[in-house]
This record gives sequence, structure tokens and C-alpha cells, in this order.
Amino acid sequence: MAEKHGKLEEVRLTTPVSTEAIAGLKLGQVVYLDGVVYTGREGVYQRILDEGLAPPVDLKALSNVNFHCSPAASVAEDGTCNVGAVTATASFRFSKWMARWFEVSGARVIIGKGGMAEAYYKSVFVPAGAVYLVTVGYGTGALLGRGIKRVRAVHWLEELGIAQALWVFEVENFGPLLVESDAAGNSLFESHNRALAARIEGLYEGLKPPALHRYGETDDRKDELI
Amino acid sequence: MIPKALIEETAAQLMATAAIEIPADYLAGIRAMTAAEEGDLSAFVLNAMLDNWDAASEDRRPMCADTGLPRYFVKAGNEAVIEGGFVALEEALRSATARATREVPLRPNRVHPLTRRHNDDNVGINAPEIEVSFEPEADWLDITTVHKGGLFGTDYRMLFPGDGVDGIKRFFLDTLIAFGRRGLACQPAIVGIGLGGSKDVCMTLGKQAACLRVVGDANPDPEIAELEAELKELGNSIGMGAMGFVGSSMVVDCHIEVGYTHTGALPISVHCFCLSSRRAVARIHADGSVETRTDPKWFTPYMRRDTVTWPKSTESSRKSG
Repeated sequence: MAEKHGKLEEVRLTTPVSTEAIAGLKLGQVVYLDGVVYTGREGVYQRILDEGLAPPVDLKALSNVNFHCSPAASVAEDGTCNVGAVTATASFRFSKWMARWFEVSGARVIIGKGGMAEAYYKSVFVPAGAVYLVTVGYGTGALLGRGIKRVRAVHWLEELGIAQALWVFEVENFGPLLVESDAAGNSLFESHNRALAARIEGLYEGLKPPALHRYGETDDRKDELI
Repeated sequence: MIPKALIEETAAQLMATAAIEIPADYLAGIRAMTAAEEGDLSAFVLNAMLDNWDAASEDRRPMCADTGLPRYFVKAGNEAVIEGGFVALEEALRSATARATREVPLRPNRVHPLTRRHNDDNVGINAPEIEVSFEPEADWLDITTVHKGGLFGTDYRMLFPGDGVDGIKRFFLDTLIAFGRRGLACQPAIVGIGLGGSKDVCMTLGKQAACLRVVGDANPDPEIAELEAELKELGNSIGMGAMGFVGSSMVVDCHIEVGYTHTGALPISVHCFCLSSRRAVARIHADGSVETRTDPKWFTPYMRRDTVTWPKSTESSRKSG
């Protein structure tokens, strides 16, 4: 890293991530993970939470880290997996499931893209003792791919396809990830958005508004969108 | 005659190149932005991306697992002859897409919009998109593949002539700020803007401006080039950097393409290509030789012609071989 930039603090965590380790995380820390991480997104949530199917594996015994991801992977006829890159997908779309997901799965660390709303961390993540780690870039797919040492299993491949299946990865030095929400439910993104909001009005100064407004358009550009 | 098998082989290789190797122009642009970035977190993100591209290239694995929506842009010389004709070309490109999805591997992203049914090979109804344009006095075939992510960073709006450049700037800011927050646009990006045309062409021009012009390229029309430079500077003055963290790295370059539009209209589209900016190009000559490159050279003087006729080549012939 260029010298003029401050060095970010690094943390290495092992799964299952302990309550103490979660409590010690600070916004903006760089995290690397060792252990087991599984993927789960709308396909998995719909089957387990909406349709009531039993999870295909004992998630509580497996890991408490749920990655909102689908890999660039292929599965050969004999079942062997070729995982190239892994990258997160935007998490805000899954927020309606998280409260029940924490109960059912025992997940305490969510890894994804974009984070969720700070108000949601405070109302859903904090009571569950959960935090959110965000992938970097976005698109450090090759670096994250290197951190996957073995595909332990892939569940519901037939039913959900490669992108939505529940993949179980054994990982080592898996990262970089950034602490986006801490144990108190503060959001790194929203703290930066608040810093930016002060400048927004100035950017539009002197630019006349368009003749035709869009239906439902808000003029408050400081609003969060998710 | 350009053999069908050669088209398929070339296209499959392009798919791998696009997924794995960051184009040199974009890489140079990001290096320069990283050096200028003052925000610690934004700079950390950019340095991680530089490491990521090295890792992808060393391991021959995709840069990003969301390998986007693989698609093709074909420029056919007016004298190019394809074995089996254009139907064979389409079949070769569909076959290459399925093959590359399995072999690279790419993520099989393509699904039916309602049933979410999928073939697990990125081929389906209207997928991959294959856009064809033509070039006079040429007998080669240019194949460009682009794998652009599909969810964020693009928007369209019907503005009116009275809204003018103010309206363009406002909509540009709106799009970058809305999708730049939390880094959903995967910035810093090559930002393409479509101005004018009919609505669908407005979208197409903006998409092509983002995906088919390289960092450092300027529109040959000086007035448009000036607006490109102004918008680039405006985007980088928002105060936002990579992942939406405080910083200055938002727009690697800004490209505008225009189309003549309705006298009462000023339609605009804004498109952010992402931090993987996957594009790869090959020219297949009539003699079967293949040259690869990263600049699509899509917007030729012929593409931007504004009267019935067009600027004729000064060379005696642009034919190969």
C-alpha cells in the first residue's frame, strides 16, 4: 500500500466465530477467516424459511458464517467441483429473511456485498449477536477463491443450480473482508454516507431541476435507498 | 471464407480472456486513481483490486465470480464471408458461450425472468445478446465479448431540450450517487452515457459507450469531448471513492455517444462498467489469421456517420491478405 495511506488494522478469525471475537470487532477492520463458510441466498432462504424444508446439513454444527455468494464454478459428472472465483452478491435483498435465519441456522456472521441498513442491524443483528462483514471491491473474486482450500459439499445443486446452491467451503486466510457492522449495530457505510451527505447539496447548486419530475421522486438526496 | 469452427474457438478463448485478464487501459487508469486517492478505505479497496487482478492472472481464475451477462458485439466487414452465413455465426457464438461457461468456468447467471429456469450454460431466450454492425471496405470479422454485471449502476431518464446540460449533470450525479453508495456500482468505473436516439437506442448507445470504448479515448466531436471531460471531473468531485467510502475515485473515464433524437426530447442513459471491466476482442481475417486486442474499435467514423453518405477510407483497401 502506498505510504501516504493509513494502515488498516487486521484481524484473523476462526469459525465458529466466538461471541468474544464478535464483540471485539471494530468498524473498518480488515478480517481474514479460517475454518468453514457456507453460502446461502434467496434460493436457500425460500426453501428453508418459506417452504419449511429441513436444512440439507446441520448448519449449527457446521459453521456460524453465512456468505451471500455464488461461485463461478462447474461440477463434473463425477461430482468433483472446480471453483474459480467467489464474490458476494448484494445482501439488502435478503433482509426480510435474516431475523428467522439467525434463529434457524445459528449464523452470527454474515458476509456479503453492500451491507444492510443501520436501523436493521440495530433491530435484527444486535439481538441475535450477529455482525456483517463486507467483501472488498467489489470483485476480489480471485483472492477469495484462493482462500477456499476445499469444497466440502454442495447441497441442493440439482434443485437450485450452481448459483443458488448451498456450498460448504473449507477456508484459510479467506479475505480481505471489512467490518461493516459491529456488535452495537453501527454501520461503516452509513457513517461514510453521513460524511458525504454534507457535500451533496453543493454539488447540485446552480443546476436547474428538470421540467418533468418522476412519479414518487424524492428531493432529499441524503435518504438511504435500501 | 471464415470457418465456423474458427469463430467458435476464437470466441471461447475470448470469453476466458475477458473473465480473467483486466484490460491494460483500465488497469493503468486504476493505478493512476490509486496514486491520487486520499481516502484510506477507498485506497485500501483499490490496492486489494490490484492484488486481485494479479491473483486472477497468476491462477488463471476469473477476477470476479459474478461473471456478468456474457454477450457479443460483432463487426462484420461488408466483404466478409462466413461459412454458413450469419446464422452459423450466431450458432458458433451460442456454442462458445455454453462451452466457456463450463470450461473457464463462468457462473451460469442466465435464468428465465419469471420461472427462474436455467440451462446452466448462459444460453437461453435472447441470450447471449449478439449485436452486429458493419464496416465498409473490409473483409474481416471483429468479435468482442463483454461480460457486464447486471444489477446496479445504470439508469435512464427522458429529459427535455430545455433541461440542457444542467439536466444531464443532475441525472449523472443522481445515478452515480444513488448506485455509488455502498459501492453497488462497483466503482471506479468507465461511465458511458447515451444521449438522444429513440429510448432503446439511447440505452444501447450508453451501454456501448461504457463497454466498447477504452480509458483515455475521447469523442472526436470536440463539444462532446469537452462534456466528457467535465462530467468525469464532476463525478470525481462528489467526495465518494471505491465502495462508496469517502474519497475521489469514482469515474475512471467518461464516454458519451449521441444519436439524433426527437425534436422535443433529450433522453439520457448512464451506465457504469465495473471494477472488472471484462472485454476482449479478436479480429478474424479472411485468410484465417486471428489477432487479439482489448480495444473494440466499435465506434468507427462509419458508425458515427451523420448524413446519407460517410467518410470514405483514404487507403486503397482495408482488406486483409
